[in-house]
Formats: sequence, C-alpha cells, structure tokens
Amino acid sequence: MAVANDQTIKKNGYTLHIVKTNKYKTNTLVWKMKAPLTEETVTLRALLPNVLQSSTKQYPTTTALRSYLDDLYGAGFFVDLAKKGEYHIMSFSIDIANEKFLKDPTPLLQKGMNFLSEVLLNPNIENESFHSETVEKEKRTLKQRIQSIYDDKMRYSSVRLVEEMCKGEAYALDANGLSEKVDEITPKSLYDYYQKAINEDELHLYIIGDVDEKEVETFCENLQFKDRSPVKLENRNSVQIDEVKEIKEKQDVKQGKLNIGYRTNVQFGDDDYFALQVFNGIFGGFSHSKLFINVREKASLAYYAASRLESHKGLLMVMSGIEAKNYDQAVTIIREQMEAMKNGDFSDQELVQTKAVINNQLLETTDTSRGLVEILYHNVIGHQNLTVDDWIAGVNNASKEDITKVAEKIELDTIYFLTGMEGNES
Amino acid sequence: MKKIEFEQLKETLYYEKMENGLNVYLLPKEGFSKTFATFTTKYGSIDNDFVPLDSNEFKRVPDGIAHFLEHKLFEKEDGDVFQQFSKQGASANAFTTFNRTAYLFSSTSNVDKNLETLIDMVQSPYFTEKTVEKEKGIIGQEITMYDDNPDWRLYFGVIENMYQHHPVKIDIAGTIESISPITDKLLYECYHTFYHPSNMLIFVVGPINPDQIMTLIRDNQKKKNYKEMSEIKRRFENEPPQVAEKKRILKMNVQTPKCLVGVKACDVNQTGEKMLKNELTINILLDILFGKSSENYFDLYNDGLIDETFSYDYTQEEGFGFSMVGGDTEKPDVLAEKLQKIMLDAKNGQHISEKALERTKKKKIGGFLRQLNSPDFIANQFTRYSFNEMNLFDVVPTLEKITFVDLQSAAEQFFKEDRFTVCQVVPNK
Repeated sequence: MAVANDQTIKKNGYTLHIVKTNKYKTNTLVWKMKAPLTEETVTLRALLPNVLQSSTKQYPTTTALRSYLDDLYGAGFFVDLAKKGEYHIMSFSIDIANEKFLKDPTPLLQKGMNFLSEVLLNPNIENESFHSETVEKEKRTLKQRIQSIYDDKMRYSSVRLVEEMCKGEAYALDANGLSEKVDEITPKSLYDYYQKAINEDELHLYIIGDVDEKEVETFCENLQFKDRSPVKLENRNSVQIDEVKEIKEKQDVKQGKLNIGYRTNVQFGDDDYFALQVFNGIFGGFSHSKLFINVREKASLAYYAASRLESHKGLLMVMSGIEAKNYDQAVTIIREQMEAMKNGDFSDQELVQTKAVINNQLLETTDTSRGLVEILYHNVIGHQNLTVDDWIAGVNNASKEDITKVAEKIELDTIYFLTGMEGNES
Repeated sequence: MKKIEFEQLKETLYYEKMENGLNVYLLPKEGFSKTFATFTTKYGSIDNDFVPLDSNEFKRVPDGIAHFLEHKLFEKEDGDVFQQFSKQGASANAFTTFNRTAYLFSSTSNVDKNLETLIDMVQSPYFTEKTVEKEKGIIGQEITMYDDNPDWRLYFGVIENMYQHHPVKIDIAGTIESISPITDKLLYECYHTFYHPSNMLIFVVGPINPDQIMTLIRDNQKKKNYKEMSEIKRRFENEPPQVAEKKRILKMNVQTPKCLVGVKACDVNQTGEKMLKNELTINILLDILFGKSSENYFDLYNDGLIDETFSYDYTQEEGFGFSMVGGDTEKPDVLAEKLQKIMLDAKNGQHISEKALERTKKKKIGGFLRQLNSPDFIANQFTRYSFNEMNLFDVVPTLEKITFVDLQSAAEQFFKEDRFTVCQVVPNK
C-alpha cells in the first residue's frame, strides 16, 4: 500500500507539494523557509516569523488579524522554528476547517491561501521598515522565550549538551537565537533581512487535505516569488574526538539530568541510515529498549531513560533523570548498553520487535498532517527522494550485521550532568 | 450492537454494553493507518476514601495509590507487558488523572492481538511485595522530576490554594513519603473495588471492522467471571465555596516569574447536558476575555505583562471545577490584579458582546473539527464525557444553542471575589 506521498509542482520561486487525502476534517497549509544556520542570521530568523504573524497591512493589529482567523471558523495559525542539521527553518502553518462539515459553504481553503500570501507578502511596514512597536514587542517576547529554556531543566540540559558538544560548529546555536543579539535588531534591519530571506531562502509549500489539485494551483497564483538557487551546504563535517568531554554543572535542582551525546557518523540519506534508526530503537528509543529496561526497570534508577537521533547532523542523544548519587552507576549502565550494541549483543526478538514498533510509529506519524509534512521534509533537507514506503523497506531490510556495523561507527563525545547543590562530591 | 450516526460530521459510532456491565464504543475511521484503543476505569487520584469490595466500612488509602496501581498493571509474572505490545508492533501507555485511569495502545497492525493484550493486561493484576518495592524507586524519580518543574508546581499550587478538603488538591502521584506504605495487599484492594467492568469503558477508533472487534471483546469477556457489583461508595468531605488561600508564592530556581489566577467553580454537582453547556459557556467566556483576538490580550501583551506562555482554561468534573489564567510574567502582582479586574468587570457586562459570542462560537466549531482529526483526542475525550454522562458528539449542537444571556449569567455566577486565588513562582535569588 502506498502511504500518502506528495505530488510536487515547481512554482515561481518555490515548490508546491500536494497530498490529497480525505481522512481529515480540516485542510492544512505549511510554508517552510530554509537557509543555513549561522550566528549572524539566527536571531533575525528567530524574530522574523513572530513579527510577520502579529500583523499585516490588511490586518494591522493582532486583534484584527486574530479576529479574522476566528471568523474563518477558528483557523489555526502558528509559526515555528527548527534546526535540521545545519539549516535553520522557519515554518508558517494554517489549519482550516473543510467547509463540507459545516452548514456554511464559505470557501475556506481559498481564504486560507489568501491569508498566507497576505502574511508573507504584505507585511505591516512603514517607510521600508517593519512597524516599530510590533518589532519591540516581539523582541521582548523572543528574549523571554530564550530565557524560558533555563527554567525547564530537561530542555535546558539537552540544549547545554549540544552547546558543549558542538562548540565551534553552527549546530551549537539554538534555533531561537542569541539573547544578547536581540537588542541590536532594528525595524529596518529586520525588514532588510526579510527581503533577503524572501528572495534567497529555499521555499516549500505543503497542502494536505481533501483538496482539488487544479483548484489549489489557481489559489497559488497569489503566491509569486523570484527564482533563486538556494545555498546548498556540504552537510557533513567530520569532527575528530580526542577525548571524551565530561561536564558537571551545579544548580538548585532536586533531580540530576544526565545527557550524553554520541557522534554516529551517519546521516539521513546514507546507505546505513535505516540501520542506525533500528540501532536507536533497540538501544533507547522505546519502552522495550535496553536503556529503559536496564536503567529504569532493572536498576530502578530513573523514571525516564531514552535516546533519540538528530538525523541530519548524525548525533545520538541519551537523556535520563537520576539522583546525583547514582551518577556513576547510571553512566556505567548506559555505556555497557552501548558496548552490548557494538558487540551485537541483542536478540532476533529485539530486532524484530524494534522494526515493528518503528514501522508502526512511522505510519502513525503519517496519520497527522503535520507529521506527514515533517517526514516529507526530510527529503528537502537531505536532498533525497524517499517515499514512506522506502522508509519502511529500509527499516525492514536492516540486518543484525548492518546494525553492528553502524554501531562501530558511533563514538562517545560528551557527558553532561546537571546536578543539585549538595552531594556528588566524589 | 447499537449504531449511532452523526450525519453532519460523517461519523458512525457503535455501542454495546457487555453482560458484566462493561461499556464498549467503536468508531471506524477510514483512511487512517493507526488504531487507537483505550481501556479506562472511573478511578483516579481523588478516590482515596471509599468502601472496599467485600467490606462495609470506609477506608482511607495512601495518596498516589491509583497512579501506583497504573504503573504496576504492566508487570506480570512472566515479565513486562510493554514487551508483548512491542512484539506486536504497538506502543502502549497509561495515565492517571484526578478521576480516571486509562490504559491504551496504538498500532497499525495486529490490532486484534493488541486489543486482547490490553484487555487481559488490565483484567489480570499481578502484584508482589518485591515488585511493589522496586516500583517505589521509579515513581520516586517521577515525583522528583515534577518537583523540579515550575509549571507543574504552579498548577498544583493554584489547586491547593482553592481547595480546603477536597482530594483534588493532592498531587496525582502522591509524595515519596505517601507512597512508602503502599503494599501489594492495598493495591489488590483498590484494584478489586474499582476495576470491575461495570466501572469501565473501552473505546476503539481506527480503520476497524466494528462487528469483528465487538465479537472479539464479547468473547473475551465471556471467559471471565465477575461478581455482580453494587455501586461504589466514595466519600468526600464537604467543601466550602470559598478558596482556602488567597495567595501563595513559591520560590524556585527560575529566571522568569510565573503567575496564575485561579477561579474555583461554584456549581460542581452537574452532569450530562447541563454540565456540557456550562463547560462550553465558561470556555467561550474565557475565550472572549483572554483569547488572542480580544482587546484584553492585546493590552496585556502590549504592556509587557504576558508573553506566548499565556494561557487560560477551565476544568470541570463531578465534585470540583476550576479555571486558571496566566503565564510567565515579569510583573506577577500587576498581572494578577489586571486579570482579576477583567473578570470582575465582565460580571458587570464589560468586554463581552453578541458579536464576540458569534465569532467565538465559529472558532470553537472549527476547533472541534480539528480535534476530530485526532483518534487519541476522540478516545480520551469521549471517555471523559461519557463518565460525566455527556456525549462528545453533542458539542457542536450545544455550542450553537448558547445565547448571550447564558454568557452573561455564567459571568455573573462564576466570577466572585472570594473564589479567586493567586499562585506565583518567583526566582529564589
């Protein structure tokens, strides 16, 4: 069975992807803008979508803009920032009711498309500059957003691990930008950057729902952009690990947060990428995985102990919440599990069961329109053309030998531990 | 098997009550890959004072026991049921709320097997002294994790402020001290009282054949013997209408202060249609007052009193109810004062209008359609609604019926000064 794949159409300056399906009661539009992640642009890009979403020429206040969306049967509209490998991605999403489930026959999809082009192409500007009060407000909010990472210790410790591990690499930057760079942004400098992003970013539009392809294409007439040849990064920088970094940071916390980073030396698009996915599943991706069983169920040290992949950067991250006094024991158990994987010390049953769960997870992801977009967008980042069926086949074909081979490439890089003020002096 | 059609929404629901009292609902969803199933008991953290099965006297059990029981049901003599689910390609989970405990799985293959695994897991408890002791370490870490989470502490801080006696103020997982006296015996006692099929509901949604699934459940239940069960007796102390504390400040390791204003609900003995209408009316009211399209939101955001963490919601269950409004803020006292003023002014008719009502209704209808895209939402919410004698699929027609007069009277009844409370988290330096 072919699972919801996209039909792609080249438009002026961007690529349109249509996925036709009748399983949702809403239609979803996702607009993605991609450029390299750099220190100079990261903060501008973190601010820009938030300024664009707060007002436009036609809807000059948030109140006016949001009232309009409420009138469109509460169309969902939000922006989002992400980093994928060393690219920085801005997303604008609109989720709008399909009028066939309403008594009112208003053509909502068309209105949603018009709204998207209004946000992107008709911003609230005055004299070649963004509306200054809006920019100031959004600068304040951005600073608060960056600061709030500190208050969520789970998130804080995973951000800190990446900072320490990837020092000197663009990937060390957080997608929300740098707090100390916010103040220097002006309504004019942001507008100049907006022009640059609109003219140079790689652009993709995804439309998912019970839509008519021909009709969608006519709606797209409003969205016209200049042609461009976007920057393509050589998305692989090999890092020599001379010594495992071990970092301990003290703060007033009750539970220690243990985060461990490995370099896998494998990325999305590589032949052994799917073997790495299966590796991660057996190692720490699920509740039947080695980390969960050994750290939580057997040693009773933690409530959570898991691992995840950063597919486009080739990193494997382990995270667990433990008592400070159990640091050595937890690190030892985690390192033992990695050794076991490298030695091929896992059963056929673990292999079969992990593949089943990964496939299940993949198919489940395709059941939500946002999830489907995320899966399809991997192709854009990794310059591939894989269908969901290719993913499933790739996972199913990974043999025990493939997995141990991929395990051999994995190197421990950094151990980060956020610990409480007392204890753990050993 | 009964068939219930919802024409406008293009959904068909199948229903049957098993001989042992178990309620089963099935919702086929074409085009989806995943099937999502929940098996839920009407038993949560607030049910800590009750008459155990085969007893005549009330008994007070340790705080956090319902949640502890949830953890332990996954473990059997021959190992962990998580393993069984993953062998069958499913991912399983469970959660405990104030008044229910749900076990669930989702899978894109082997649905029959997974469903049997789920039902049998919940219906075959296995607790020993040793496994109960071991779980205390794991749950201890879960509790500590939440202790470090300022949003969770704030949320419970507000509830503790509101309630003088009602057990809703007790953290769902309990404390490290409160779970320490839990034994296998106590777990069995709670289990046998609350896990009787007549106190439970199964909901399955996905690309399923309803006849086949219903037959499977029917056959599975016929193999098991349950005694007839009379109604479960629960006991709650009388709760005065006023809040217990007007204000509480928690010092934590944070950089940005947080502030929530809580409003304790007054009429909490509703069920069914009344409850649905009341719940929707208050939700609309809050949306009109604090939603992104409101003048208030604009002013608060403009003045730098709120940021994107700002939120508002209303929770109502049998016996308790509350609303919370707030978020991260540099000026927690100013924000608390402004939020309370907005609500009190609304009581006098300010900020609300016919036009805002009509717009918000539309917004809610679209929002409801969006939620119906999610099998997880449907299963979880349908169960919650059903336990409160409401029907999830009545949401749109009920919304349509809400008038401006309803809105006004909800504001008058709901916003009372002695029902307001404030909780703040502030940096400890």
